[in-house]
Amino acid sequence: MKLSKILKNGFLIVVACLALSACATSKKSTGQMQGDVYTGTDTVEYLASGVPDRVFFATNESVLTTASRETLRKQAAWLRKNSKITIVLEGHADERGTREYNLALGERRANAAKDYLMTYGISSDRISVLSYGKERPVDSGSNPLAWSKNRRSVTVKAN
Amino acid sequence: MRNFLITLIIIIIPVKSFGLIEVDITRGNLNPLPIAVSPLSIDEESRKNFENILKKKNIGSEISSIVENNLKVSGLFNPLNKDAFLQEPDIANLKPRFEDWNLIKAQALITGKVSYVEEKLRVEFRLWDVLAGKEMMALAFTTVPNNWRRVGHIITDKVYERLTGEKGYFDTRIIYVAEEGPKTQRVKKLAIMDQDGANNKFLTLGNELVLTPRFNPTSQMVTYLSYFRNLPRVYLLDIETGTQEVVGDFPGMTFAPRFSPDGKKIIMSFAKDGNSEIYTMDLENRIVEKITNHPSIDTSPSYSPDGKFISFNSDRSGYQQIYVMKSDGSNVKRISFGKGIYGTPVWSPRGDLIAFTKLHKGKFYIGVMRTDGSGERLLTENFYQEAPSWSPNGRVLIFYRETKTDSKGKGFSAKLWSIDLTGYNERQVATPTDGSDPSWSSLLSN
Repeated sequence: MKLSKILKNGFLIVVACLALSACATSKKSTGQMQGDVYTGTDTVEYLASGVPDRVFFATNESVLTTASRETLRKQAAWLRKNSKITIVLEGHADERGTREYNLALGERRANAAKDYLMTYGISSDRISVLSYGKERPVDSGSNPLAWSKNRRSVTVKAN
Repeated sequence: MRNFLITLIIIIIPVKSFGLIEVDITRGNLNPLPIAVSPLSIDEESRKNFENILKKKNIGSEISSIVENNLKVSGLFNPLNKDAFLQEPDIANLKPRFEDWNLIKAQALITGKVSYVEEKLRVEFRLWDVLAGKEMMALAFTTVPNNWRRVGHIITDKVYERLTGEKGYFDTRIIYVAEEGPKTQRVKKLAIMDQDGANNKFLTLGNELVLTPRFNPTSQMVTYLSYFRNLPRVYLLDIETGTQEVVGDFPGMTFAPRFSPDGKKIIMSFAKDGNSEIYTMDLENRIVEKITNHPSIDTSPSYSPDGKFISFNSDRSGYQQIYVMKSDGSNVKRISFGKGIYGTPVWSPRGDLIAFTKLHKGKFYIGVMRTDGSGERLLTENFYQEAPSWSPNGRVLIFYRETKTDSKGKGFSAKLWSIDLTGYNERQVATPTDGSDPSWSSLLSN
């Protein structure tokens, strides 16, 4: 009886440890990154309540993540409701690439966002694309977290 | 600005002699040649005239300092301390006492004279082989007084050419992007300066973002990228008149411009719908041609000096690599196969090498490879550096380097650096503000 009680408590302790350590690691190493894609909200602004203005990318990538697609669907819904609004998609890269390639990469990222918005019925007439390459980082740090915030496409109201 | 041309160059005594001093520039030079640059002598009346016009007390010494500094920075020469010179400049120019120069271990000696002749600056100079006790070269030329710095550069070019057997690169200029302000809101202006950092001038005000200026190899035209009215487009700028125009009529961003070697075309990238392709535009008939056709990013094009080939970088293999194709876009071949990512290929003016930027394991390198991709040689490694540009003789590369910021984003700087093709003689090129994207001009005089 006593033994089983100890075992039971011991088991509970182990479980608690696991839960804690899981918490600790996810908060420490990422919490704000999944793989090398930024998932935090530090730099995010809102086009309207619940409509984030930006999506983030993995290094060298222009593929939209699940979270990015969700953000863009919210933007599309907001654009459908506000049919007079036109937007600029500003594509950016981190500082770890050559200047000219990054200009092209920023353009490719902004277009990935544009293509997705168009699949949700937003006319290309309402969207223009502008690449800044690595010229306009939001975070001036030289570390993986800063770079992840800078690899982005930001939707900006144009009118 | 046109009339800073040197009015004439007369070769007084073209001496071709063999067995005299030579400097090998193909190897890292760990024993720079000891050379004495005797101040150019000047008569009192000329000195006063130039003091009035140029506000320089002794223009003769000023010009020799330019020569001395150029020679030192080249890494191939060791200009000796003037305090040790035994002979007066005017006498030395007539007939050096070689024993005296030998005594201070000078192997070569430059002497000369400046005078004020009909409102012009007349200069003559001689290069002497001290050990052989012989004159190697003598030249004289006349120009407007305001060209005095260029006189120093031209003398250096002639001395360099006589001693190395290759053209110099001193009478040249650098166009670059001057930068200021926080990293998140950098203000960038076009700037131009002499190769030694003198005569720095800003060509734009910083109202719009400007990037990647490049010289026309045959004239004083420049092509660059400007975000004027938030429309990133390639522009053509005449730096003598200040007039500029957009290159072509593209419905989207054009970028990464360079001139063809004959200066008649601009080659650049045009980005549309997430795809960047390489185009050319003929500056005379305005005909636009599409050169690449691939759904990947194709950019950073650079012609071979004969105009027959184009190198560029593309991520068609998955990551950025360097490719070479014929100038009509056919025969595309990948040439970079080392570990890492390769970008910014720039064809050497000598035609035999391509300089590039490489990223491998978190470090950036400036390197060179043969035009078939063989013989890769990395010249310098750092946290971040890119965009090499060749000196007109293909012996030196200028590029820019950025520093890593700390956890708070502090400590950022961007500076111009140069390094010899040998991998030796790496130095910072001083600029009044931070700088990036340097491009080296051709020789202003030949």
